[in-house]
Amino acid sequence: MKVEIHSKFFGNNQVLGRISLAIGKGEVIALTGPSGIGKSTLVRIFSGLDTQYAGQIAGAGKVGFVFQEPTLLPWRNLMDNIMLVTGCDAQAAKTALDQVELGERSAGYPNQMSLGQQRRVGLARALAANPQTLVLDEAFASLDEATAARMRELTQRVLDANAFSTILVTHNLEEACELADRVLVLDGAPATIVLDHHIKVNRSVRNCQTESERLRSRLNNSTSA
Amino acid sequence: MGSSTPPAAKSSRLIISAASVALLGVIWAAAAWITADRTLLPYPAEVASIFWAELRSGEIWFHLSATLLRVIGAFVLAMSIGCALGIFAGRKPAFNAWADPWIIIFLNLPALVTIVLCYLWIGLNEVAAIVAVAANKIPMITVMMREGARALNPALDDMAQAFQMPRLKTWRHVIAPQLAPHFAASARSGLALIWKIVLVVEFLGRSNGIGFQIHLFFQLFEVGHILAYAFSFILVMLLIEYLIVQPWEKSASKWRLNES
Repeated sequence: MKVEIHSKFFGNNQVLGRISLAIGKGEVIALTGPSGIGKSTLVRIFSGLDTQYAGQIAGAGKVGFVFQEPTLLPWRNLMDNIMLVTGCDAQAAKTALDQVELGERSAGYPNQMSLGQQRRVGLARALAANPQTLVLDEAFASLDEATAARMRELTQRVLDANAFSTILVTHNLEEACELADRVLVLDGAPATIVLDHHIKVNRSVRNCQTESERLRSRLNNSTSA
Repeated sequence: MGSSTPPAAKSSRLIISAASVALLGVIWAAAAWITADRTLLPYPAEVASIFWAELRSGEIWFHLSATLLRVIGAFVLAMSIGCALGIFAGRKPAFNAWADPWIIIFLNLPALVTIVLCYLWIGLNEVAAIVAVAANKIPMITVMMREGARALNPALDDMAQAFQMPRLKTWRHVIAPQLAPHFAASARSGLALIWKIVLVVEFLGRSNGIGFQIHLFFQLFEVGHILAYAFSFILVMLLIEYLIVQPWEKSASKWRLNES
């Protein structure tokens, strides 16, 4: 996936500056930065929800989006939520629900579930779409620590089992270092990528605490420079 | 999953409703006794006997079906146009900017003026009768559906777009369920208003229907017949409400009962 953005304006306000990056197949990118900097705007552009920008995106293919709010259809059960939205068959929907450990609750309704479970359904829906690119927009926000940790663990398993390019939006550096191969830091006005940090240690053996400290130190150095 | 109202509460509500209707009957009977003039206000039993006689003669069925057909025609026309305009206005601010003054003008146009103008412009026929009734109701349905369309969850729109859901599927599974409560409210208020306007339309320019019969018995000063015909139609509208509108509304909002 190749991204070449020249600018993005909201009215007269330029929110994004020049952003150029390539994401390899199977690569997991974490996009981080202060609140309101333009992370969500950037992923909306990646996923084709926002087409009003200068630039181009190539090779994104089919995008599976996990929204910050679960955005499920409350009037439909979990199976229908996946099948109607993605167009997949019942077997694929069941497999996706099994992957997020909700296969037994496939006949349940979203409103009967906790926020964490609804987010997992959101992840299952994105997986069932059989995407080439997976976008997770603050998918672990507003969850208690235990639920967030379980969700991250589950996401890691899903990422290990699939070879799609993944863009993970988060403002949590530990989270970024736990799941991603590369961390991109977005900052400035208009926002640009101020740091592209590659994590060389494999996800399964890395210490995310050490990695996040390393990243923080690089970030401090680049800010003071 | 369960019923929204427990059985005990349901039966107690039924008893209260029955008692309330009985109380109305008692008040009516008392008023008839005080008036002591059967031509001005007959007893409920006399009206019931007139209703039964008209029912057995088949007269009431003929007029009832004529009115009902006009109600159905006007209702379908008003709901189709009102829903389409309302949803479009709610989703397209530019269209709404143009449509809003028209909606306000037509909302405030008296029903009688629309009816008279339709009879003058189209003629004293069925088309004019149905168009006049529908034209009266369209602005109100437009406003109610516009509010529904404005309240649509934009996050669900984004979701449908992100997953490239086909347009028809998005309408059926994402948008329509969100609009269902507004549609039910429009349908209910539409029916309530439409049948009343249909009676006026029949009163002014048709040769059959409940409105025509009321006109006839008004000239003959037959209050008992006027009440019998009015109640026959109230009965039909109550049946429509309880057998069609409420069950549909219940089924459309069944998913809300699943909330934990």
